[in-house]
Amino acid sequence: MERMPIEDLKALQLDRLKAITRYVYDHSSFYRQRFAEAGVTPDDIRELDDLTKLPFTRKVDLRNTYPTGMFCLPKNWVVRYHVSSGTTGKPTVVGYTKGDIETWTESLARALTSIGLGRNDVIQVGYGYGLFTGGLGLHYGAERIGAAVLPTSTGNTERQIELMQDLESTAIACTPSYFLHMAEVAERMGVSIRDDTKLKAGVFGAEPWSLETRRRIEDTTGIKAYDIYGTSEISGPLFTECQHQNGIHVWADMFLIEIIDPKTGEQLEDGERGELVVTTLNKWAMPLIRYRIGDLTIMESEPCECGRTHPRIMRILGRTDDMLVIRGINVFPSQIESVLMNIPEVGPHYQIIVSREGALDVMKVRVELTDRGFSDRIGDLMALNRRISKELKNVLNISAEVELVEPGVIPRSEGKAKRVIDTRKV
Amino acid sequence: MSEIKQISLFVENRPGRMAKVSKTLSDAGVNIRAMTIAEAGDFGVIRMVVDDPQKGYDVLRNSGFTVSMTDVLAVEMRDTPGGLYEIVSALGENNINIDYAYAFVTAKSEKAMLIMRVDDIEAARRTLSSRGVKIATPEEIQKI
Repeated sequence: MERMPIEDLKALQLDRLKAITRYVYDHSSFYRQRFAEAGVTPDDIRELDDLTKLPFTRKVDLRNTYPTGMFCLPKNWVVRYHVSSGTTGKPTVVGYTKGDIETWTESLARALTSIGLGRNDVIQVGYGYGLFTGGLGLHYGAERIGAAVLPTSTGNTERQIELMQDLESTAIACTPSYFLHMAEVAERMGVSIRDDTKLKAGVFGAEPWSLETRRRIEDTTGIKAYDIYGTSEISGPLFTECQHQNGIHVWADMFLIEIIDPKTGEQLEDGERGELVVTTLNKWAMPLIRYRIGDLTIMESEPCECGRTHPRIMRILGRTDDMLVIRGINVFPSQIESVLMNIPEVGPHYQIIVSREGALDVMKVRVELTDRGFSDRIGDLMALNRRISKELKNVLNISAEVELVEPGVIPRSEGKAKRVIDTRKV
Repeated sequence: MSEIKQISLFVENRPGRMAKVSKTLSDAGVNIRAMTIAEAGDFGVIRMVVDDPQKGYDVLRNSGFTVSMTDVLAVEMRDTPGGLYEIVSALGENNINIDYAYAFVTAKSEKAMLIMRVDDIEAARRTLSSRGVKIATPEEIQKI
């Protein structure tokens, strides 16, 4: 499948595109309405280029139909749910049929195979298990290739390192920043990842990371660091680079990708930077047609040196919106805003400062105290500070340091406010 | 009986803030009788007793400060060993909690003035009066 001639692959994609278009039209009132608005029916899809006739789907559509309004099957077909952290208070829900889990698992099994992992490997999964897709996604993919899974999930870093040594992990999957933290902790413990463990590969993603970070990881720990990509709406983590580390292979029999100009919606050529759009070809509980994830990248359709013919996307260059990824968790300034707006003791102006302390992301929220919120007892102010932190954590699933400042201190802007100061060097 | 009005300010813990506060008051001709700064990391709370609280409050507020007025007790204590103990032990025995306190010495001989915020100002006043402790009035603070 992975080396299928491009022409055959395209014929397969066309068959599947026709099928999924017909399927969503027949099973989803949401898509039926969208297609009607765009003046298109499944019969209009006769070749792959006809894809452009179909309307885009956006994250806001998932939110507006929360929780399961975009499902195409009765809920008794669903064998699993994953739920995103949510942006404006409402998370997005993704349901999976048995077949959808199979597609996801197969995608990651191919990916892990492409970086040279197999049945002799021990893969330590340091992504969170639970509603987040990272842990369980990697878990199933790693089991599929016959590797032994060490499901450490996140946290308890010293124990992770002990187990890495004792059970001879050969690969780890986690966020790049967490791995950097792990390497620092290992050093303090007197453990050299290069010399004292069997680790040879890392599968890193869920937050933006740069080629410089890759070099730093590879130089300091001696492992090969691979980029992994995916997002919960289209299953979760799905694709990685192969051993050539030259772009992320997107399995074309499962997902049809385009790069568009985010402003005009027009398709762009190979090598041109634009917004990634994904159509799921083999997902049935919640298929997505021309879904605009919001990530900016470049597509490369030429076959890779490794012989795989499926298209590749280059390292994600940024987001079309202002989403922050902090310690692998998506954070939108609007989420922070909605929390602060519900606390009368603080004003409407705020600033988010993201930095990296050691290897870990740190988020600080600066907010102005109002007259109403001011008590001249320090204890009251500390309690307010703690309360804001707690409410932020409840919504964001990540802890944030809160700094109360005097009114007028946070810079105002007449145009679009610059609310985020991200000092991380990504 | 009218209470002493203390001015409290929320200020960021950075150079020049206190200067801005005192300049604002001095330009308005408001005299500071006593003050204290309580710091808590990034920010601090300045508390002060001035000769004209309303005017002080207004000028600070108009200058954009986060400011409030709080009722406090100002009591005279003997400026000799045991002076403070007399007062706080009386409050403690009557289960009155002191949120914070600070003191200054007046021009009057051998008297120190203790400023306190307590959780029950009426009870504190009754307790201290019954022990013969002299409680200052706003007028007396103004005239110091």
